[in-house]
Amino acid sequence: MSKNIKLMQGNEACVEGALYAGMRFYAGYPITPSTEIAEKSAELLPTVGGKFIQMEDEIAGIAAAIGGALTGKKSMTATSGPGFSLKQENIGYAMIAEIPLVIVNVQRGGPSTGLPTAPAQGEIMQAKWGTHGDHPVIALSPSTVRETFDLTVRAFNLAEKYRTPVMLLTDEIVGHMREKIEIPEPGELEIYNRLEPVEGETYIPYGVREGDLVPRMAAFGSGHRYHVTGLFHDETGFPSNSTENAGFMLDRMMKKVEDNLDDLIEYEEYMLDDAEVCIFSYGSSARAAKTAIDQLREEGIKAGLFRAITIWPFAEKRVKALAEQFDNIVVAELNLGQYVYEVERVVKGAAKVSHVGKANGDVLTPAEIAAKVKEVL
Amino acid sequence: MNNPIVEKYFRMDNLPHIWCPGCGNGIIMLALAKAIDSLGLDKDKVCVVSGIGCSSRAPGYLDFNTLHTTHGRALAFATGVKLANPELEVIVISGDGDASAIGGNHLIHAARRNIGITTIVFNNNIYGMTGGQYSPTTPNGDLGTTAPHGNIDRPFDIAQLAAAAGATYAARSTVYHANQMEKMIETAIAHKGFSMVEVISTCPTYYGRKNKKGSAANMIAFLKDSFIDVKVAEKLPEEKKAGKFLMGEFKKEEGVVEYTVAYESIIERLKK
Ligand SMILES: Cc1ncc(C[n+]2csc(CCOP(=O)(O)OP(=O)(O)O)c2C)c(N)n1
Ligand code: SF4
Repeated sequence: MSKNIKLMQGNEACVEGALYAGMRFYAGYPITPSTEIAEKSAELLPTVGGKFIQMEDEIAGIAAAIGGALTGKKSMTATSGPGFSLKQENIGYAMIAEIPLVIVNVQRGGPSTGLPTAPAQGEIMQAKWGTHGDHPVIALSPSTVRETFDLTVRAFNLAEKYRTPVMLLTDEIVGHMREKIEIPEPGELEIYNRLEPVEGETYIPYGVREGDLVPRMAAFGSGHRYHVTGLFHDETGFPSNSTENAGFMLDRMMKKVEDNLDDLIEYEEYMLDDAEVCIFSYGSSARAAKTAIDQLREEGIKAGLFRAITIWPFAEKRVKALAEQFDNIVVAELNLGQYVYEVERVVKGAAKVSHVGKANGDVLTPAEIAAKVKEVL
Repeated sequence: MNNPIVEKYFRMDNLPHIWCPGCGNGIIMLALAKAIDSLGLDKDKVCVVSGIGCSSRAPGYLDFNTLHTTHGRALAFATGVKLANPELEVIVISGDGDASAIGGNHLIHAARRNIGITTIVFNNNIYGMTGGQYSPTTPNGDLGTTAPHGNIDRPFDIAQLAAAAGATYAARSTVYHANQMEKMIETAIAHKGFSMVEVISTCPTYYGRKNKKGSAANMIAFLKDSFIDVKVAEKLPEEKKAGKFLMGEFKKEEGVVEYTVAYESIIERLKK
């Protein structure tokens, strides 16, 4: 069989990955640098019997995507900075109502309209804390076009498995660069589909059956008439003011993440074994970090990379261990300091944590990262 | 209560409802259930979507696929439901604030698309749930907790707004005219395309009390005396129309292609 090799953009790979995972519904609003995701979805979804709709704004985009998900369709919305801000209220809705949904944010320079065509990694903390209240968060960040494909598939799988919105945080560089990728054959990657109610059993919409991770999800129209609300609700799905119930339900939702860290957390390590300094990075910045490491090694400085693939939940256990191994951790990210605070929180002074970053629309260069490493050593 | 309609369509375990005595919401909810019954719809294929507000609590009491969303966004969620599964009969319940303030943009765009959703606006001329602030339909000069010196805003005519934006069915009734309202809701649901039924409701607790409108019964009597059907109004001399409000069917346009039907035809075309 001839291999299916294609030259494509990160944003196109996102749509290809989504379709591979079974996406059948997309709703969104155009915004640079994410627009190609909407365009490609508009082109391809109807060819597989799926639906695309351009809504009147990003709030409506995520709202319609949630509506689509409730009818049993795998659903996605994509945006960039300003649109991500607009989506925040309904991200919280998807979390409390336990809606499987993929939300892509192709990060660009902010705040506000900022630098629409420039890359940034400015929504690392917004992804975690952007919607109000405590809530479970899963966010992934790819570094390459192929990884954008794979992580989109994974985002759908995790959304379906944990019944929660999953965020894919790419950026202008990864979204717009073109790389050759081999599209996996059908069946090559595992695809997870949400569990549906068991036939013949009374359906308890927000109750977890013994042995299940999350409540089973009935599609609207399938014959299980139930209620979905953004208010705290009990197992029946109907609102409840009981503080005991709210505590129980939120705890159950938080545990989707807390109890499954090994399943959720992915990272890559590059030349860390013999390294004397650890560079910590993710997304497009990790590409520059890798080049920096190669250059530093040519100069005799043994640097290595820890690249977070899962942004949330944070790879706390592994980063703690790195702090024992290294005196110096250099965090390289395209902002003025976001993920670095999480590293510092976990390292708790066991290693010296430094930051290299910027937020002026320029990319982070290998030379800048290498210079920071030399400065701290 | 052994009203067969209530028993068939209401979630009896969730009653009594949270609404105040004299609130008009219950009248509209019952009329909706009756209209659905007259149409003989399959309960499994009906989806009722709402936003946030007193009125938006209605879906919790109705035994269908029900979706209580965020403030103002019911039509956006409903658009996703309807497009993803056009087999469903999608009905949106929304307050005047929910539908025309925070949700105003979604309202005009859903109407413009002519997507097959029926929207029932429970218009009590005030923000009920948050305690009596003025809404986009509070009459000029009236009082609200945020209009303590009289409202200087000019009100929306929601039914006409929807019609102008492209709704192919737009009508208005009141909670006094329950039979007519029920018929309108029935027509609206059967209509192929975006349909709007605005129902003037009563909020004795906030709008009524703030504006000295008397008891709930007085407020309902006011609706009886002040609303005249557009068809009747056409034949009345000007002096008889002074101080009256219009109700009835403002727009009924058949044959405009419905949004999800248009989308299905793209899918069919691409199969060839
Ligand atoms: C984003 C957001 N803003 C404000 C509110 C507070 N809020 C809840 S209901 C409501 C207004 C309700 O008025 P209306 O839509 O007319 O419905 P009613 O309660 O009168 O039936 C407001 C402002 C909210 N829940 N969410
Ligand atoms: S506050 Fe007004 S609208 Fe709300 S339940 Fe009471 S009477 Fe009805």
